[in-house]
Amino acid sequence: MSELELRGVEVTYRRDGRAVRAVDGVDLSVAPGEVVGLVGESGCGKSSLARAAVGLLAPSAGEVLLDGHAVAPLRRRARPAAQRRLQLVFQDPYSSLNPRRRVGRQLSDAVRLATGTTAGSARVAELLELVGLDPAMAQRYPHELSGGQRQRIAVARALAAEPVQLVADEPISALDASAQAQVADLFVTLARKLGIGVLFISHDLAIVREIADRIAVMYLGRVVEIGPTAQVWDRPRHPYTAALTAAVPRADGAGTLPQDLPGDVPDPAAPPSGCHFHPRCPLAIDDCSTRDPRLLDLTPDHAAACILLEDEPAVPGR
Amino acid sequence: MSTPAEPTADPTVDTATDARAIGVLTRSPWRQPLAVIGIVVIVGWLLVAVLAPMIAPADPLAQTFGKLSPPSAEHPFGTDNLNRDVLSRVLHGARISIPLAMLLVVLSAVVGAIMGGIAGYFGGWVDAAIMRVTDLVFAFPAIILAMAVSAALGPGLSNAVLALTIVLWPGYARVIRGLVLSAGQQEYVQASRLLGSSALRTLTVELGPSVAGPVLVLVALDVGNAILLLSGLSFLGLGAQPPAAEWGAMVSAGTAVFDSWWVGLFPGLAILTVVLGFNFLGDTIRDALDPRTARAIRS
Repeated sequence: MSELELRGVEVTYRRDGRAVRAVDGVDLSVAPGEVVGLVGESGCGKSSLARAAVGLLAPSAGEVLLDGHAVAPLRRRARPAAQRRLQLVFQDPYSSLNPRRRVGRQLSDAVRLATGTTAGSARVAELLELVGLDPAMAQRYPHELSGGQRQRIAVARALAAEPVQLVADEPISALDASAQAQVADLFVTLARKLGIGVLFISHDLAIVREIADRIAVMYLGRVVEIGPTAQVWDRPRHPYTAALTAAVPRADGAGTLPQDLPGDVPDPAAPPSGCHFHPRCPLAIDDCSTRDPRLLDLTPDHAAACILLEDEPAVPGR
Repeated sequence: MSTPAEPTADPTVDTATDARAIGVLTRSPWRQPLAVIGIVVIVGWLLVAVLAPMIAPADPLAQTFGKLSPPSAEHPFGTDNLNRDVLSRVLHGARISIPLAMLLVVLSAVVGAIMGGIAGYFGGWVDAAIMRVTDLVFAFPAIILAMAVSAALGPGLSNAVLALTIVLWPGYARVIRGLVLSAGQQEYVQASRLLGSSALRTLTVELGPSVAGPVLVLVALDVGNAILLLSGLSFLGLGAQPPAAEWGAMVSAGTAVFDSWWVGLFPGLAILTVVLGFNFLGDTIRDALDPRTARAIRS
């Protein structure tokens, strides 16, 4: 239980009468204690998905379930208590902490808000230690801390709600390299130690590969491949995933530029017909521009959306 | 991270603005002649307001000093048509105009903060309704609307304050709504909402401090305006009633005896200096809070 489940979630922005579908029917689930990495290029809808997942954005279709109960989009009222156990860690720790309040104050506020209990300094110290910080940090203001420390504070604030699920929206992209690895590890530790499900959103495949149990690859609002990290990494089935993994720099210097990935992500306001990826796909055939590929289960836990895979023998039972 | 904290100079963090605000109130005004003049004038008038009964040579209401005698050693500002000492009346006038103007501005800011906060935070039809009300008020010249309202309520100082509050709050509501809208997009505000912060708590605890700075500037700039409007209503006979020693009413009385220039001139000068003082102070605070001009002040 305590699973986070996204069912056919769509997020549509309207501007000047045009509708932009940033997230186009995403199904995704995160089990307790599991780290799911969601990767994709800038502009593919990752952040919109994160916001919709916690209720900061109202999905235009589909639903988000926590523990089987619908997560209501945040409106004027205070968030219902049950949903406070689903928390978001923002990308930029420079804007996600209140610059005018001491760290300890923000943490005790978070405990009181989310759980309704008063947080003594012991609980604040506990939270700080949980994210690997000195309890003395409680006396500091955010501007006195480094980026990595701030992001840990932001995580600690989310933990104050005793979450069962955490959505992390590019939590390491604003940090320097050494802090990136430490904060990424922190999420794994939290998942393992506290049994928190983590949806870890990033464009950094190398980090996601290190920490995620499963990887979901997103392209232009859709999940094009999802599966266990090792399988997706070693045997990518979608040409986009293959191009992404080939583009990851390797320590031996053998990393290649993404030659297979010409051009930029298309304008989500006018997505290509058929498979969204076909204009950039090295394997595209004529059918790709007309047929919309569905996510196809290749093994029970590995799925990809590419019509080239549809000719292969399907998994028994499907 | 276990590395020692390095204080970061981050221009995006509002603490810099706070520091500037504190700086301007302690250190930097002294490098600005206008600020010094403003502060000296205001402090001077505040002292006059407090000490008026002690420093005024006569009772402001006593009618025993001869009719319309020009300024002399005995009556430096002369006497008015009802045989009263103009200097004593001007000094006592500070006890009416300045506190009432401050009260008026604070009232307007409070009403504006409540309405603007609600409009900015809740949006939708609530926002639209409140903003249309402010448009309605903006559609009239301030003094005309204030006249109409205070005439409807009946003459008197408290009704004048009420009428002017009705005229002035929409300005605050507009500004505060805008501040709430922009500050509400801050991620720390969204984070607090995800933790279950109620509308009231979000507005006061999370958004309040970001709104307070700019509103303080507005308040400082508006006190002068409020004194003018209040005096204006009294000048028109809608504010202070005889025999109260109110500056606007005194200027008004002066127009009836125009040849005795001292009757209207001195209360007029009092209004002028107080309004200038508050405007200088407001300008200074505004410049200091604006990052584009703050550097010029501090260097």
